[in-house]
This record gives sequence, structure tokens and C-alpha cells, in this order.
Amino acid sequence: MVNAWTVGGIVAVIAGLVGFFVVLRGSAFAAHAVPNGSFAGAAGAVWLNINVLAGLGAFALLGAAGIGWLGHRDRQDVATALTLVLLLGLGALFLSFTAESAPAAYSLLFGEILGVSNNQLVPTLGLAAGCVALIAFLYRPLLLSSVLSELGEVRGIPRQALELAFLACIALATTMTVPVVGTTLIFSLMIGAPAAARSFAGTPGRALVLSVAIAVAIVWLAIAAAYQLDLPVGFFVGVLSGAAYAIGRAWAAWRGSSARRSARLPASDGGPNDPASAGAFGGS
Amino acid sequence: MSSVLHAIVEPGFFGSAQVHAALAITGAAALLCGVIGVFTVVRGQSFAGHALSDINATGGSAAFLAGISPVWGYVAISVAAAGAMEAIGIDRRRGRDIATGIVLVVGFGLAALFLFWDTTLSGASNATNEVLFGSIWTLSPGTVPIVIALGAGAITLLAVIYRPLLLSSVSSELAAARGVSVRIVGALYLLALAAAVALTCVAIGAILSTGLLIGPAAGALHLSRRPWSAMASATAIALAASWLGILLAYDSYYWPPVGNGWPVSFFIVVLVFLFYAGARIRAARG
Repeated sequence: MVNAWTVGGIVAVIAGLVGFFVVLRGSAFAAHAVPNGSFAGAAGAVWLNINVLAGLGAFALLGAAGIGWLGHRDRQDVATALTLVLLLGLGALFLSFTAESAPAAYSLLFGEILGVSNNQLVPTLGLAAGCVALIAFLYRPLLLSSVLSELGEVRGIPRQALELAFLACIALATTMTVPVVGTTLIFSLMIGAPAAARSFAGTPGRALVLSVAIAVAIVWLAIAAAYQLDLPVGFFVGVLSGAAYAIGRAWAAWRGSSARRSARLPASDGGPNDPASAGAFGGS
Repeated sequence: MSSVLHAIVEPGFFGSAQVHAALAITGAAALLCGVIGVFTVVRGQSFAGHALSDINATGGSAAFLAGISPVWGYVAISVAAAGAMEAIGIDRRRGRDIATGIVLVVGFGLAALFLFWDTTLSGASNATNEVLFGSIWTLSPGTVPIVIALGAGAITLLAVIYRPLLLSSVSSELAAARGVSVRIVGALYLLALAAAVALTCVAIGAILSTGLLIGPAAGALHLSRRPWSAMASATAIALAASWLGILLAYDSYYWPPVGNGWPVSFFIVVLVFLFYAGARIRAARG
């Protein structure tokens, strides 16, 4: 149980950290595709009887490289979708070669955080440290190019290289977290917590800290609830992430409306009553 | 001559009823995906298209639990998810990304619960695989009419909103200036997408649903920017990839290492990707 708390905490910190940039850059699809695609690597590792972590890492990096390379000349979401289905197709092939069936697939998708063993702690910690170091190194250029990509390019930040480096961050985070929490859980944490944090905090620094804090809170609450009620952790993580986001949105809406009331600004921002968008002319 | 043919097409391919059914189902799915996929790629909604297919695991596992046909679970969850994405707000491209992500997160959470109950309460240990990796070969005859009705409904909906959808997909400002309600058209398109994804998931599984939706359309848009010819080439690519894939999967029955056939989804996805790569190379050469 202590292992579950520790590993859950580490995973949440990484997810909150990387996820902050995922939400900022609008790369939720990549954050979904890299962990899901790395599933194929795990299936391949089971088939070839090698270390699952190595298979996961190789395919996570392969997915990141595929998204970066294909996305160079096409839409990013198309590149991500193609990379993902290609990896999933390979995963289906590897699964058909092995006798491993439902239980293995379920645990890779939703994780087995309550059954984390002692010898999983060290590699998780090592990969987590690497991930934090990479994010710290990339922090300023990443923040700048995420908020204003043109400004980043003016400042001489190579966009393509930065995108690849960030995708490598996601791959690293995936490799360390998938064996312990599964592909869906890491995605939930990477999206839910940072998206909620953005509604509460005004500055990037505060949002980043809050994102990590919310992620840790979600994981620990989920572990406690899962242990008490004997239900899967993934369920609580998903629902709590959604709830955190909903509360964030409600808070932002409430604060926005109260701010408007106190400021008493006229509401004319090109709405449906604007003559320019009424559609009365230029019909043919 | 016949020995050459037998080397390419294993004997019995054209006589098998199972193969006939698979060819017909993927043919219909390819047509639907070719048409809807072009809009999905142009609108930049590949993530929504994929998320709707992933979320079907939630609907499928819930239907399994309730003991009803998974088709109804798929349809219900797809429409609900599309509604939730729309409600959360899809006005800006980046906001849309998060909206889709959040819906997927909650869907996964519920799927974890339903799959857990499927395996513990009803003792269906195979439920996970069945829901996640649906297969072309296992479509039950009873679901075929539902699948056909859904596909026809989605195509009809698209035909009705065709012109405003095209306009608002290319330029939402221009469409709004012409008096098109971009929001309603977008919601109706999402509904058609949800129906299409639900039925392709039932018919050919979640992996192929995304593969056939995005890959052929993205390749076709490299070949032509005109909507009709892009839709025609997308459909042609999807058809060619899926029928060739079925043929190869049939042939692979005697291939190593296991000797019970390679998965058809693997072949189709690889073929789709090869077509896409070919189209991109051709477009790059001018």
C-alpha cells in the first residue's frame, strides 16, 4: 500500500508537469496516442519475451518520432491519428502471436497501481527524474512557443526540434507510468488536472504548481476510494479528473460574470446582432 | 495460370460466406468513411473521430453488463459523447482539443468500472478483448439491418447539410457572413460522425474505424483539393485497402509463427498507411 501511495505520487507529479504543457500546446491527442501506441511495444515485448519496459520505451519513442515526422508536412491531428492506428495495428498483430489474453490487456490499459512491487520503484524514480530534468531544461522555450509560436520563432527557437523534444517528454513520462498505472490513467491525469488548474490560476507558474497539486490530490483520493470501496482506480481517476475540470469551468464562469457585473462593460464583441455578421447581404 | 492465382488467392476465398459478409461490411464502411473522413480531416477533428471510437468501449461494456446488443451501447454512448463535446465548447481549435480530451477521460473512467463489473459480476473474462478489439469476422447477422440503417441515416444527414457544412469547414467566418449557423451545422456534423463511428466500430472494430476514417481522406486530400474528387479517391483508397487487407488476412492463415491467421486490422492499417504515403510522395513531386 505504501508503494501505491509513493508511485502514485510520483506519477501524478510527472503527469501534472507534462500535462500542463500538453494542455497549453493543445496536444491532447498526442498525449493520448503515445501511451496508447506504446501498448503495442508491451505486446511485442511479451511476444519476444523481453523486458516490457524496453518495449514500451521503444514504441513510445517510435510514436513520438512518427507524430513529429509525419506532422512536419501535414496536419498534426492527422499525423497523430495515422501513427496511432499504425501502432495499434502492430499491437493487434503481436497480441495475436501470443497466448496472453484479457487480463494482461486490461492491466496495461488500466494499470495495477495497488500491486506495485518494490523493484518497480527504482526505474520509475529514475525515469521521473529524467523527465523533470528535461522539462526544466525546456521550460522557457516551451512556455514561450506554446503561448505564442510566432514570437518563439522570432526569438530563434526551432519549432520542429522543440516539438520533437516535447513529444520525447511525453514518451518518457509514458514509459515510466504505463506499467504502474496503465495507458488510460496517465492520459486522464495529463488532461484533467492541468485543464482544471488553468481555470484557477492566472500566471503560468501558479498554474503549473496547481496542476501538479490537483493531479496528486486526484491520484491519492482515487487510491483511497478504490481501496475502501473495492472498485478500480481508473474509474475514480477518470471521474475525479472530469469533476475537477467541471469545477474549474464553473469557477471561471462565475468569476467572469461577477467581474463583468462590477466593471459594467457594454457587451458588443461582434455578436449575432452585429450588422457585419447578420447575413443580410452577399447572399448569392 | 490457376496455380499463379492460387498463390495469390488461397482456394476458397471467393466461396466463403464469411468472406462475402466481410467484403460487404467493409465496403459499406469504406464508403461512409471516405465521405465523412474528408470533412473530418478538413475540419481538423481527427481527435474527435478517434475519441468517439475509443469511447465505444464504455458503451460496449455497459451494454454487455445490461445484457443488450452492443450496438445500442455504441450508438447511445457516441451520441452522448458528441453532445458532451459540443456542450463543453468547441469554438476554438485548442479548446476543442481539451473538450475532446475531457470527454475521453470520463469515458475511460466509466469503461474501467463497467469492464471491472463485466469480469467480476457476470464472469465474462473475455469481455475486455471483445469490446476493445471487435472483429470483422464476428458480426452477428441480427445487427446488419441496424448497421445499414445507421449508415444510411448518417449519409442522408450529410447530404442535407452538405453545402453549409462544406462552407463552414473551409471558412467559418465566411459561412457566418453568408447566414449559416456554424454552431448548428457543426453539431449536426458531429452527430453524423458519431453515428458513422459507432457503426464502423461494430462492423470493423475501433482500430480500423479511425484508420479508415482518417488515412484515406488525408491521402486523398493530398491528391485533390476539390471535395467531390477527394471523397471519391478517399472511398477508393479505403475500399482497396480493406479488400486487399481481407485477402491478405485470409491468405495468412498458414503463415508463421502461429498458424491461425494474422489480424485483418493489421493488414488494412498498413495498406492505408502505404496509400497515404504514396499520395504524399506524389503530391510532393508536384
